[in-house]
Order: sequence, then C-alpha cells, then structure tokens
Amino acid sequence: MSEARPQRPGLYYPKMPLTWWLARPGYVRFMIRELTSVFIAIFLVELLVLVHKVGQGPQAYADTAARLQSPGWMVFHVVALAFALYHTITWFKLTGVVQVVRLGDHKVPPALVVAGTFVAWGVVSLFILYWLLVRS
Amino acid sequence: MTEETITLEVTRYRPGHDREPRTESFSVPYRKDWVVLDALNHIKDRVDGSLTYRWSCRMGVCGSCGMMVNGVPKLTCSAFLRDYHPGPIRVEPLANFPVIRDLVVSLDDFMEKLRRVKPWLIRTVEKPVSEGEYRQTPAQLDDYKQFSMCINCMLCYAACPVYGLAPAFVGPAAIALAYRYNMDSRDEGYRLREPILSESVGVWECTFVGECSVVCPKGVDPAAAIQRSKVAGAKDWAMSMLMPWGGRR
Repeated sequence: MSEARPQRPGLYYPKMPLTWWLARPGYVRFMIRELTSVFIAIFLVELLVLVHKVGQGPQAYADTAARLQSPGWMVFHVVALAFALYHTITWFKLTGVVQVVRLGDHKVPPALVVAGTFVAWGVVSLFILYWLLVRS
Repeated sequence: MTEETITLEVTRYRPGHDREPRTESFSVPYRKDWVVLDALNHIKDRVDGSLTYRWSCRMGVCGSCGMMVNGVPKLTCSAFLRDYHPGPIRVEPLANFPVIRDLVVSLDDFMEKLRRVKPWLIRTVEKPVSEGEYRQTPAQLDDYKQFSMCINCMLCYAACPVYGLAPAFVGPAAIALAYRYNMDSRDEGYRLREPILSESVGVWECTFVGECSVVCPKGVDPAAAIQRSKVAGAKDWAMSMLMPWGGRR
C-alpha cells in the first residue's frame, strides 16, 4: 500500500478502523477470499515437501505421507479444500467480468464465459480423477 | 392527527471549531415520496440553516449529492425515506474523503486524478471537418458505452477500502474513464494514459473487492474496467518483451 497523502489544515481526515472489513458483506466475502490464499499456500508448501521426500526415497515419502494422515492434518486438508473450492468458484464467477470474449462481431454473454470455466474445471477434474483412480 | 416523523442522525463538522465530527439528530416529517435529500433540505429550510451539503439536479444526473446513508454510499436524491422506515437514518459525508464541513467532502484529490488520466478523446492528427465525422459501429460503441455513463459522483471511491487505506490509488471512477477512452475507436491516447494506469498506485493497487461496481448508481462497472486494464497492461508488457521492436499497441 502507498503512503498517506499530505493533509491540509482545517479538513477532517477520517481514519479507517481495523474492523473496516466487517462494515459490508462484500468486504467480508473479499477478506475470506484473501484468507483462502494462506491455506492454499500452506498446502503448496506441503506438496513441495512431499516432492522433496520422493527424491529422498520411498521410505522417506511413506513416513511423511503417514504423518499427513494424522487428525490435525486431516482437519487442515478439509478446511484447505473448502477454501480452495470457495476461491475457485468466486474467482471463476469473476471471469465473466474480467474477460470479454468475442465471436466475430458478437460478444459472448458473461454468463456463458463463466459457465465455460466451470465446464473446463469439471473436465480437467474428471480427467485427473480418472488418471488417479483408474490408471494408477 | 400528529404527523409521522423520522429521525435523521446527521454528521456535523465545523472546521476551526470541532476537533472531529459529531452527530446531531433531527426529526423530520415522514413522507413516502421524500428522499433523504428532501429531508436535508427540510432541515436546512426549517430547522438549522447552517447545515452544509452539496446538491444540484435532484434527479440522479449531476452526481453531487453523494453521502453515506446508513453506512452505504448513496445519491441522497434517490434514497427514499420509505426504504429506511422507521429509521433512524444515519447520514454521513462520503467515506474515505477529507471533510470540509458537515456533509461536504473535498473533491481536490479526485479532480486531480481525473485530470491525470486524460478523460477526453485524443487524436494524433485531427482529420479535417470536410472529411466528416468519426464513424463507429454499434459493436465499437458497445465497447465503452457503459463506462461513459459515469457521473463522477465518487460513490465508488467511498465504497473502495483500497482507496481508504491507500489514498494515492488512482481509484475506480478515474480508471473507468481512462478505460472508456482507451476503448473508444476514435481515441489514440492509450500510450499517454498507460503510464498512469500501470504505475504502482494505478490498476495494480486494486485487489478486486468489487464494491465500487455494487454501489454505482449508473450501472457502471469500474471493477471490470480495472481488471480489463490489468489484462491489457499485462498483454502489453508481454508483447514488449517478445517483440521489443514494436509489439505494443
């Protein structure tokens, strides 16, 4: 964030309270979306650690994977999954606002753009599920 | 029969006298066809002539009567008392702006930002009048039309927590207007506006809270303009990296 502006005498400069994000439902939803990033970041670190353990050999990987099945980690994974879904859904819903898609002279309706992202998400998820469950 | 009334809790601030704003309550007649601005005019005409606020057209066009009504940025000329019945109704100056007096905020910062983004058609070379007007297709008009509806009421700034926390942020309306002209097929000023939009307090300061678009009384979507400007800026940067000899628009 940038620095404060110079203040002119005589004017009253309001200060935002620390609880500003509770003032409107839209602010709360925004803050939850920001918070989801923390959980996703932790999960990505966990994933990198797992990759590192794979490099150290099957036993090191198996030990770490077993530790990640403890109740505490399971709760974290459930919360991280919920936040990842929240982040993904809210972000995909915004694609209709951000991305203008044109077909020739016609503008694709934002709802269709959003639907396209959800369809693509579903297809990729199903492919990964198939690859994980059937192929392996 | 006693006339029904509704209470307005109005922020008062006298520069040079008050260290900070205070609240004063006024009881005004409750009329279903009155808007908050009518109630303020009643107070000024009948109760306290020193109450200070801006207004002009009373029909949602001039954009000068924006205030916080129950904590939400609103044009008070279109905020009906009946929607807040039985009250009380809290009327405060627009959030995030310095207060000059009572409900009047300083426009200086916004006007300076507006000027910086050059919200007018820029041509490299004007064509002679004899060659006729600059024609546009309906699709070209559609690219920028909604953003041209901005009336500079600054409600979007009052709803933007980023502007409240970082007042140097160019802000929703100014960026929406810059985008409006960048998207206009008659305009050739993209290169002149781009440095302002791409600076650290330009589009990249926005964290996409989205409330600017929610409160806009004219259906403009400044959040979309900002995010689309980010996409355009990122494409521009990528092209300048891939084709340094002239890939930018």
